[in-house]
Amino acid sequence: MPLYESGALMQDSFPCYPITAGVTLATSSRSTQAGRRADHFRTQISDSDLRRSVWMAAAQTGDGVAYQALLRECIPIIKNVARRRGVSVDRIDDVVQEVLLTVHCARQTYDPSRSFTVWLCVIADRRAIDLLRRIRRQDLREVHAPLAFEDHADQSADPTRWLVHTDTSGVVTRAIASLPPRQRQAVQHLVLEERSLADTAALTRRSAGSLKVNLHRALKALRDKIRPWD
Amino acid sequence: MNRPSNTEASNERLISELARDLAPVQRLRPPSVRALTWLTVVAATAIVLAAIADLSALAHRLSAAPDMWLSVIGSTLTAILAAVAAFKLCLPDARPAWALLPLPAVLLWVVASGVGCLRTWLVPGTHAADLSEARDCLLFIVGLAVPLSVVLFIMLRRAYTLQPALTALIAGLASAAAAASLLNFFHPFDAAATDLAMHASAVTIVIGANWGFSGRLLASNFFTQ
Repeated sequence: MPLYESGALMQDSFPCYPITAGVTLATSSRSTQAGRRADHFRTQISDSDLRRSVWMAAAQTGDGVAYQALLRECIPIIKNVARRRGVSVDRIDDVVQEVLLTVHCARQTYDPSRSFTVWLCVIADRRAIDLLRRIRRQDLREVHAPLAFEDHADQSADPTRWLVHTDTSGVVTRAIASLPPRQRQAVQHLVLEERSLADTAALTRRSAGSLKVNLHRALKALRDKIRPWD
Repeated sequence: MNRPSNTEASNERLISELARDLAPVQRLRPPSVRALTWLTVVAATAIVLAAIADLSALAHRLSAAPDMWLSVIGSTLTAILAAVAAFKLCLPDARPAWALLPLPAVLLWVVASGVGCLRTWLVPGTHAADLSEARDCLLFIVGLAVPLSVVLFIMLRRAYTLQPALTALIAGLASAAAAASLLNFFHPFDAAATDLAMHASAVTIVIGANWGFSGRLLASNFFTQ
């Protein structure tokens, strides 16, 4: 059973857990209905925050299922932070992905006795500011002029280039097809499909070393077969 | 049923990638504990240096000019507070205001060193460092700060800072201040103006080098761990 489902973390690791999880809500009168609603809402927030902390603690021990659930729950929170910071709608997902990567790289720095939501919000805010700064710098350097770009004549344009390219790619395709099967497989997955060595090894059930050797031999053979100066 | 948009699918793909083969990580200890670990390395260096230093000369000098203690306390406090600040700043949720923590100690250090420098002019017969001694000070501070900076950098790299330049700057201050504190074992005299300028240059070189090298290396932490 994963650690986060067992409840062990709930009992032992969080003796001093903050109640409000960094979210301040006014509850001046507990006797009023509004006050009771606020209390209920606050309990919900602290419950969900506690759950995220437990998931993160489980992720620190290598529990992938808890980690997936946690990262999914992070997305709406990150989007809210980015929106409040003034990130445009079309760039919000950039912030989401950067924050998810940051959470992944910084997961060893999280202390489960503190609020996960507050930790996440600070990171999301920093990343949103970073993105806004990057956009501002980019705007200072570059001009967005799609029409000017379209109207600009390409001086190096050559109507026959497409034919030459087609012919060249035909030569390459034929050269690859003439390789031995294992070398062809290495070129196909590692170069043409740009897969990683680990992925290709898993896919082809071959060792990474064998793939590397075959790729090396294949590239050497291709260099001999395709000589641009011939 | 709504089909997921491209960005949702892309987020979902990223989550799956990150969760796949998730490696367990060792949770970092609190910044104060980590700072204490680094300060233990500094203390161990101090013990080794004390074994080869002329402690009687140092004791005589400190009893003759008690304000020299202030300079030593200033540099030592700077090293301690800057180390704590650097370990705080290397966390992704740290506030940049932590960089101000060593500021009072830096002020004490600078003012007390300045007073010692003034005495070499006001009190006749005070021994002040000549140019060759001043050059030795620079080499000592830089030479000792380099290994201390490397140890500190290795420890900071285990965390994940979103403020690499600021973290490296404060880490440089911690290393330089620690080296300057240890220099006192071999520096039983007041700093003259040239000597003081040399100390300041050494500290600036160490901080600048940390900011330049460690800052970039800490920044390259992004998405590589």
